[in-house]
Amino acid sequence: MKWQMPKKLLGLAAVGLVAGAGYLALPQKTEAQGATIKIAYVDPLSGPMAGIGDTGLKNFQFILEEINAKGGANGQKLEVVPFDNKLNAQETIVQVQKAIDSGIRIITQGNGTAFAIAISEFVTKYNERNPGKEVIYLNYAAVDPILTNAKCSYWHFRWDANTEQKMAAITAFLKDKKDVKKMYLINQDYAFGHGVRDLAVKFLKEKRPDIEVVGNELHPLAKITDFAPYIAKIKASGADSIITGNWGNDISLLIKAAADAGLQVNFFTFYAGGTGGPTAIKQANLSNRVFAVGEGFANIPHKASQDFEKGLRDKYKVGLFYPRGVNQLRMLAAAITQAKSDDPKKFAAVLHGMKFEVFNGGEGIMRADDHQFMQPMYMASFGPIKADQPFDEENTGWGWSIAGKVDSKDTAVPTTCKMNKPS
Amino acid sequence: MAELIIISTLNGVLYGMLLFLMASGLTLIFSMMGVLNFAHASFYMLGAFLGYQISQWAGFVPALILAPMIAGGIGALVERYGLRTVHKNGHVAELLFTFGLAFIIEEVIQMIWGKLSVDYRVPSWLDFSAFTIYATNYPAYKTFMLLFSIVIFIGLIFLLTRTRAGLIIQASLSHPNMVGMLGHNVPRVFMLVFGLGTALAAIAGVIAGAAYVTQSNMAALLGPILFVVVVVGGLGSLWGAFVASLLIGLLQTFAIASDWSLNKFFGDFITPTRGTLLFDVWNVTIAQVGPILPYLLLVLVLIFRPTGLFGTRET
Repeated sequence: MKWQMPKKLLGLAAVGLVAGAGYLALPQKTEAQGATIKIAYVDPLSGPMAGIGDTGLKNFQFILEEINAKGGANGQKLEVVPFDNKLNAQETIVQVQKAIDSGIRIITQGNGTAFAIAISEFVTKYNERNPGKEVIYLNYAAVDPILTNAKCSYWHFRWDANTEQKMAAITAFLKDKKDVKKMYLINQDYAFGHGVRDLAVKFLKEKRPDIEVVGNELHPLAKITDFAPYIAKIKASGADSIITGNWGNDISLLIKAAADAGLQVNFFTFYAGGTGGPTAIKQANLSNRVFAVGEGFANIPHKASQDFEKGLRDKYKVGLFYPRGVNQLRMLAAAITQAKSDDPKKFAAVLHGMKFEVFNGGEGIMRADDHQFMQPMYMASFGPIKADQPFDEENTGWGWSIAGKVDSKDTAVPTTCKMNKPS
Repeated sequence: MAELIIISTLNGVLYGMLLFLMASGLTLIFSMMGVLNFAHASFYMLGAFLGYQISQWAGFVPALILAPMIAGGIGALVERYGLRTVHKNGHVAELLFTFGLAFIIEEVIQMIWGKLSVDYRVPSWLDFSAFTIYATNYPAYKTFMLLFSIVIFIGLIFLLTRTRAGLIIQASLSHPNMVGMLGHNVPRVFMLVFGLGTALAAIAGVIAGAAYVTQSNMAALLGPILFVVVVVGGLGSLWGAFVASLLIGLLQTFAIASDWSLNKFFGDFITPTRGTLLFDVWNVTIAQVGPILPYLLLVLVLIFRPTGLFGTRET
């Protein structure tokens, strides 16, 4: 008898809570014309890869400030809203659902192919079931080729070059580097790292069959705090060069450990420019021996992009890690303006096959076949900056200079995508 | 090959010694109070962040002294005002208490220092390479870490076996009631041991934080492996913890250095086709399964030697 009342009260409270949660979860009404267009940024903002998620968020905020200052998209302002996916696939979908529930219809994500696939599939399914409420997924950095091949979707658009394109650029560059003879592959043990490893083996065989692959390593993603044991192994293998797709802490700690051990090899990387990377390279004194592939670098002599870079650095004290993010958001704004609507279904049709002058100059095209953006790619090397190079990284006095360039048309790799275009 | 073996041994021993600094406190607390302290690795993390903060203000040496004292003080307070009260409600309550404490510490650290890793660097006067083996440099800071943890280890052994306080601690481990009857304040001994244990973990945090990464998930990365050390070494056995720490340190480091896979040994007899399950199993290298080897060891020890390597009672 004594417990009757509290139980009833508890029941009432529970009903209230459920009702309240249900109310909160209801999608808000479509925002009126002129209201801010929100973009959900779903990436790790805590945990080992938070550094990279945070840099990206700041990049996006600055890019949007610039776009908004120039009039926004179709007269509306754009805003990025952060959602922390904790580098976890389940949490990613929870956060995407949360974003959709709060009325956001544009999702962007980049870190982690597994999560990208999850989002792409989720969004595609969601759009089938909710016609008229379509959600679009803008991918700025998840680079598994599968997203624009076997698992391609009309609602997924990718601005980053995929692994295949990047590896093609790296190995094309290696063609003329005759001093490279023994290659060591070290990658993260998940879909993306496996992809980098397999493509490296494949392309090296085609373009430089004389290079011997002396090691092929996979290590756990975002769990290693000391790469010294791996460095000892690389040293013992006699390798003169390393190819790695590592990103975030996994690349900066790898180079840091190499610096500590005094390992002098060439690094051919995807993401050595990430937070902590430049400091480690300088510490290792690997002048012009660390290379990164990408769609843009701060020191490319191109006035508009250098002005932009300067503005970003003055304001946020970080460099532009995602030139592709600029392409993505500028194209988004242009597509919304052209479609005269912030309805994803309408502006997706504009993005499909859209041509655009890219951030660092040159033409890019969002290929209609698979929604893979085609753009000029660069190989850059890291070393002491020269007089005509305005930007160093992380106050090291060292910066990126361009060591090679591949034009848009030469990065076009074939696709197997059969896209289901909505009617 | 010799180079790889020597460097891997150094790396393995270093990692093992760090594990020992943490596990020694955990095993003492575990055996004395029967409390499986889930928050132990959190004190390691707390030590790293305090070490970072104090070294920003006053330099590395003050950090090395003050941070463990503060963390140890917090540990003692936790025992005095938290665990001792919860103790009345039995072991499950204690377990849940430390479990919750781990989350609270993590959350507080995130509130103060944020979710990103902090820029905690090796002090500049230790930032050079101490010696070169063949062609590999060994950093001075790692040499320092190694020597420092050995000194702590010797000090701990001395404290426990050669001093009056150590004798009382040892006696409290096995016969707490008798020690109480003899007029010693057993609860205070518990409090001091808890404080000492957490201070040791904090020392590990201060020195490891600078060499590796100081961020709010470092406790979660290291926590589980400490329990492996304690169980494999045997409850309450300092020597056991020492041997188990080195064993696990070396095991993990050498696993990374090895490229053995089933394919290497049996590849001539059975060659599975690509894409099948067997192909994956066949080609997984020891380096790839390295991170789970300690847990395999844990399972084996629990099955075949539940007392652990040096323990006297069952886990």
